[in-house]
Amino acid sequence: MTPDAASENLRPAPARRVDRAGVVIAAALAGLAAVLVWDASKLPSTTMYGMGPEAMPVVIAIGLVILAIGNLIDALRGNLPPRESMDPKPVGLIIGGLALLIAIIGFGGGFILATSALFVTTSAAFGRRAVLADTAIALVITTLIYLAFDKLLTLSLPAGPLERLL
Amino acid sequence: MMDTFAALAHGMAVAMQPMNLLYALIGVFLGTAVGVLPGIGPALTVALLLPVTYKLDPGGSLIMFAGIYYGGMYGGSTTAILINTPGESASMATALEGNKMAKAGRGGPALATSAIGSFVAGTIATIGLAFLAPWLVDFAVRFGPEDYFALMCVAFVTVSATFGDSPVRGLTSLFIGLTLGLVGIDKLTGQARLAFGIPELLDGVEVTTLAVGLFAVGEALYVASRRHHAEEKLEPVRGSLWMTKEDWRRSWKPWLRGTLFGFPIGALPAGGAEIPTFLSYSTERRLTKHPEEFGKGAIEGVAGPEAANNASAAGTLVPLLTLGLPTSATAAMMLAGFQQYGLNPGPLLFAERPDLVWGLIASLFIANGMLLVLNLPLVGLWVRLLAIPQPWLYAGILVFATMGTIAAKPSVVELSMLAAFGVMGFLMRRFDFPIAPVVIGLILGPIAESQLRRALAISLGDPMVLLQSPMSATLLGIALIALLAPFVLKGLGRFKANED
Repeated sequence: MTPDAASENLRPAPARRVDRAGVVIAAALAGLAAVLVWDASKLPSTTMYGMGPEAMPVVIAIGLVILAIGNLIDALRGNLPPRESMDPKPVGLIIGGLALLIAIIGFGGGFILATSALFVTTSAAFGRRAVLADTAIALVITTLIYLAFDKLLTLSLPAGPLERLL
Repeated sequence: MMDTFAALAHGMAVAMQPMNLLYALIGVFLGTAVGVLPGIGPALTVALLLPVTYKLDPGGSLIMFAGIYYGGMYGGSTTAILINTPGESASMATALEGNKMAKAGRGGPALATSAIGSFVAGTIATIGLAFLAPWLVDFAVRFGPEDYFALMCVAFVTVSATFGDSPVRGLTSLFIGLTLGLVGIDKLTGQARLAFGIPELLDGVEVTTLAVGLFAVGEALYVASRRHHAEEKLEPVRGSLWMTKEDWRRSWKPWLRGTLFGFPIGALPAGGAEIPTFLSYSTERRLTKHPEEFGKGAIEGVAGPEAANNASAAGTLVPLLTLGLPTSATAAMMLAGFQQYGLNPGPLLFAERPDLVWGLIASLFIANGMLLVLNLPLVGLWVRLLAIPQPWLYAGILVFATMGTIAAKPSVVELSMLAAFGVMGFLMRRFDFPIAPVVIGLILGPIAESQLRRALAISLGDPMVLLQSPMSATLLGIALIALLAPFVLKGLGRFKANED
C-alpha cells in the first residue's frame, strides 16, 4: 500500500468518494456466487457419505459473497489503489480484432485470414497507420506460421480458402 | 545420500541422450527468445510454448520445458536491465539497479553478472532440489488425503492473501480461479457443473487458455490502454560485455547470499520470488561498501536479486515435484505440462517414473550450463528482438497467443473464452488484482476438492478427520494464521498510527 493510502485510512472522512467501479466488481462477485448456488441446486445429491459434487460450489459461493462484501467496503471507503487514465480506443480495436478472429474461424475462413485480421487491428491499436503494409506483412507471417506448423510439426490448423491454395 | 547420486547419475544419462540434449537446446533458445520480449514473464513463456511440445514424448517434452523455464527467466532479466520493464515482479529489483547500470553504459557487466549469478544460483539450488526432494518424498508418502488438502489450503492462503498488497483482492483472484476450476464434469460422480449445456465446457477450463488469456491478451490490452503515458526506452549495450576484476569481487558474495535467500523461501509452500529478491536487494544495500552507488546502478543490486530470483525458481520445483503443489504461476504452468500427459507430480511419480523426474532435474543443470554459454555471446541477437517496434511486437504476441488455442482446440467457444480471459486480465491489471492466484486456483482447486472428498469418504463423512491428523491440524492452523495475519497486522498498524 502506498504511504498516501495508508495515511488516508486514518481519517474516516466523509469526503472520500465512493469508487463506482469497485461497487460494480462487488456486485459481479455476488452475481457469480448466485450463479454457483443456482447451478449447484440443480445437481442431484447422490453421495451417501462425505461431500457430493454440490458441496464445493456452495462453499466457494459463500467465499465469493464474503469477498463481495470486502470489495464493497473497500469501494465505499474509496480504498482502491489509484488508477491511471486510459485510452479506450486501442482496447476496443484489439477486442474487435479478437471478435473478427473468432468470427472468421467460426465461418471457416481459416487460420491465415483470422490471425492476419488480429495482427492488423492490434498493430493499429498500437498506433500504426499503414494498414495496407501491415496487412501484407501479416499475410506473409501467418502463411509462414501455417506452413511451419502444418507441414513441419504436422499440427493441424483450421484451413480456409487461402490455406487450400497452398 | 548415495541414492540421490545414483538417481542423479541415471537422470544425467537420460538427459545426455543426443535427442534430449537437442530438446533442451531448443527449449533454452525458445525460452530466452520469448522471455526476452517485454511484458512476457516466465509463466507466459511456458504457457505460450506448451503447444510446441504437444507432439513430443513426455520425457523429451519435460526436458524441453526445463529449458524453456530457465530460458524464460534469463530472458526476463535481460529485458529488465535493458528496458526497465520487468515482465514479473521478481525482476523488479533487477530492473532497479540494472537499468541504471545500462543507462550509465555498463549494460554489459550488468547482463554478465545477472547471467553468471543466475547460473551459480541455479546450479546450487538445483543441487539443493536434488537432495531435498527424496527426503521430502519419504515424508510425503505418509500424507493422507486430509494432509494434502490442508497443505493446499496453506498454499492457497499464502499465495493469495499473506504477501500481496491487499488480502481481499488476492483472495478474490483466488476464488475466481477456484470457481473456474469447478467448470466441467465432476470426476467422482460424472455430474456436469457450470457447463450450462455447452459441450466444450464439459472438459473444464484449459489452464493454458486461462494463462495465455490473462497474461498475453490481458497485458496487450493493458499496455495499449496506457500507451499514451510513457514510451519504453531501449538502452543500447555499450562498452565491454565482460566484468572487470572489481565487478567479480563485488558480485560473488551477493550471488551466494541471494541463493541463500532464494532457495529456502522458494521451496516453502508459500512460494513467490518477490520476497527473496527484495530481501536480497535490501541486504546488499546494507552490506555494500559503495552505498553511494545504490539507486544509481550498483552491481551488487543486480547480482544479489538475480541470484535470489533464479534460486527461488528452482526452489518452487521442490513442492511442485515432491507434493504436486505449484506455488507460482510458472510452477502452475509446469504442472499443466505434466498433466497434458496424465502425469501427476508427487511421491508416486518419483517411484513410478524416476527416469522422468531425475531426467528433468538433470536437464535443469544442463539447461543452466547451456544458457551461460549461449546467452552472453548471443546477447546481440536478444537485443535485436527487443528492438522490434511495439505495434508489430504485440500484434505478433497476440497471433502467437491465439495460435496456441487454435492449434489445440479450434472452436469458437474456446477462442471466446480466451478473449474473455483477456478482458478479465486487463480489468484485473487495471484494478490491481493479482493474477497468479487465479491460475493457481484453477489448477489446484479441483485437486484440493478431490482430496477433501476422498478424506471425507474414508472417514464416512466425519469432518473431524481434518483435525485428527496432527499434520493436517497443524497445517490448517498455519493456513488460518496466514489468513488472519495481514488483517491483524494492518489493524495493529492503524492502532499504532492512531496513538501517535
